Amino acid sequence: MGNISIDIENVTVAYHGKVALHSASIKLEEGVICGLVGMNGAGKSTLFKAIMGFVKPVRGKISIQGLPIHQVQKRNLVAYVPQSEEVDWNFPVNVYDVVMMGRYGYMNVLRIPRSIDKKVVQESLERVGLWDLRFKQIGELSGGQKKRAFFARALAQQGTVLLLDEPFAGVDIKTEKLMIDMLMELRQAGYTILISTHDLASITTFCDQVVLINRTILAYGSTSEVFTEENLSRTFGGSVGDFSGAKTNSRYLH
Amino acid sequence: MDFIQWFAQGFIHWFVAPMQHEFMVKAILVSALVGLVCSALSCYMTLKGWALMGDAVSHAVLPGVVIAYIMNIPLAIGAFVFGVGSVIAIGFIKAKTRIKEDTVIGLVFTGFFALGLVLVSKIRSTIDLTHILFGNVLGISDSDIIQTIIISVITLVTLAILRKDLILFCFDSTHARSIGLNTTFLYYTLLSLLSLTAVAGLQTVGIILVVAMLVTPGATAYLLSDRFDHMTLIAMALGVFSSVMGTYISYHIDGSTGGCIVVVQTILFVLAMIFAPKHGIIAQSKNSEINY
Ligand SMILES: Nc1ncnc2c1ncn2[C@@H]1O[C@H](COP(=O)(O)OP(=O)(O)O)[C@@H](O)[C@H]1O
Ligand SMILES: [Mg+2]
Repeated sequence: MGNISIDIENVTVAYHGKVALHSASIKLEEGVICGLVGMNGAGKSTLFKAIMGFVKPVRGKISIQGLPIHQVQKRNLVAYVPQSEEVDWNFPVNVYDVVMMGRYGYMNVLRIPRSIDKKVVQESLERVGLWDLRFKQIGELSGGQKKRAFFARALAQQGTVLLLDEPFAGVDIKTEKLMIDMLMELRQAGYTILISTHDLASITTFCDQVVLINRTILAYGSTSEVFTEENLSRTFGGSVGDFSGAKTNSRYLH
Repeated sequence: MDFIQWFAQGFIHWFVAPMQHEFMVKAILVSALVGLVCSALSCYMTLKGWALMGDAVSHAVLPGVVIAYIMNIPLAIGAFVFGVGSVIAIGFIKAKTRIKEDTVIGLVFTGFFALGLVLVSKIRSTIDLTHILFGNVLGISDSDIIQTIIISVITLVTLAILRKDLILFCFDSTHARSIGLNTTFLYYTLLSLLSLTAVAGLQTVGIILVVAMLVTPGATAYLLSDRFDHMTLIAMALGVFSSVMGTYISYHIDGSTGGCIVVVQTILFVLAMIFAPKHGIIAQSKNSEINY
């Protein structure tokens, strides 16, 4: 048994009185990749936002490595990549600047990069294969490259907890493969990773655990036990059909 | 030889002779400083999409200015209270009603502005409305100069210290929050600076045109650069240039100083819009020819 890294206890989240996520409890150990699977509107993003402290649960408690979220953020323990970056792609920053933003938590108040920050940024960019494109304005990247840039920023944060909300949406197969390989390397290094995805086929290849969600946690445990056709049909409210081999089952995406 | 002589005479007539008047020296220096400060802030306003907010805050400070005048306290304090107050009012109405943000902004700032007009009209004998609305940099008083300097120092120092955090806040506030930055603090810092510079701008170009000082240089620089720091430097250079040239022009043609400054800024914007090396209209149309 490893240490508990993410501890979600009986969490209920509501928007304007409407419950979006009900009584969710999850405990993730260190060094685990956990897939988060559910229909659109099931509450996946809400769960991420609750973990990050962006929405306040009406009930329940969340801690990471035993600490409340603002402590976790101060200690640079967690990196969060939201579902879609709501950023202005014409903003006058280049790829290098964006990844450097992942290091601000380590810098002094003026955010002047030290040599260690530059080194980590270079490593992160090289890892996602964007070092050569580092001087490009962020909007000049392709869709997949943009995702990789924000992934590199999360890497540069060097937190041991990684929260990825649909990182594969709109990404080409090559980038998805590259990211999955990196996630498996990070697991080796002891990272705890919570990742939501609609790519049911790839989950079995890299997720140790799976959480099935539809406004509450329907099932949760090791992938082999939880990822059954019966559970999936409960999650998606019908028959899933044959998902093995299909990249995504688009019926459940919209 | 003749040309050089002609040119030198023209130069002296245009740029040196006006400096014999003390009021012109003061006016040039104050407008240059205000141009510098407003331009620095304008980069954040343009990138955050806060032009309407800038317009709102700069109008909403009017009652604060009048009340501060009556109470005989620095105008900046009154302006600050009402500038930030208008933003809080906008946030409150937006959260509590179903009315869309731009409507809320429009109704709050006109409401504040109208209140200011009523106040001014009741004490007409002592306060000159046209100076507040259209600026009066050629007749600026020493206490107003000191106030402008204080506002400029506060604004420039704050921007220098919080530059990186504010850039991140404008670019990706979700990430700013996720690394533990206090985005509420950054939001109100930016708005407070907006209220303060509105007062500084009010003295040179007047309430009506302050928003140009807070938007145009940033927008022009945005067309000329893909790096934030370059953009800021370009904006500040443009801001100072426009202010100085505008003030000279207004002296020579005996026209509105604020109007001249903003006209110069707008001309620079139009030039950038057409000729900017990468984001100008000409460059853009050449690009699309290559692509297809
Ligand atoms: N900011 C919000 N305000 C109100 N309702 C929201 C908000 N965000 C999400 N919801 C609602 O909460 C539910 C869960 O949404 P979300 O967590 O985004 O689901 P998912 O990420 O699984 O698609 C949906 O019904 C959605 O409409
Ligand atoms: Mg979502």
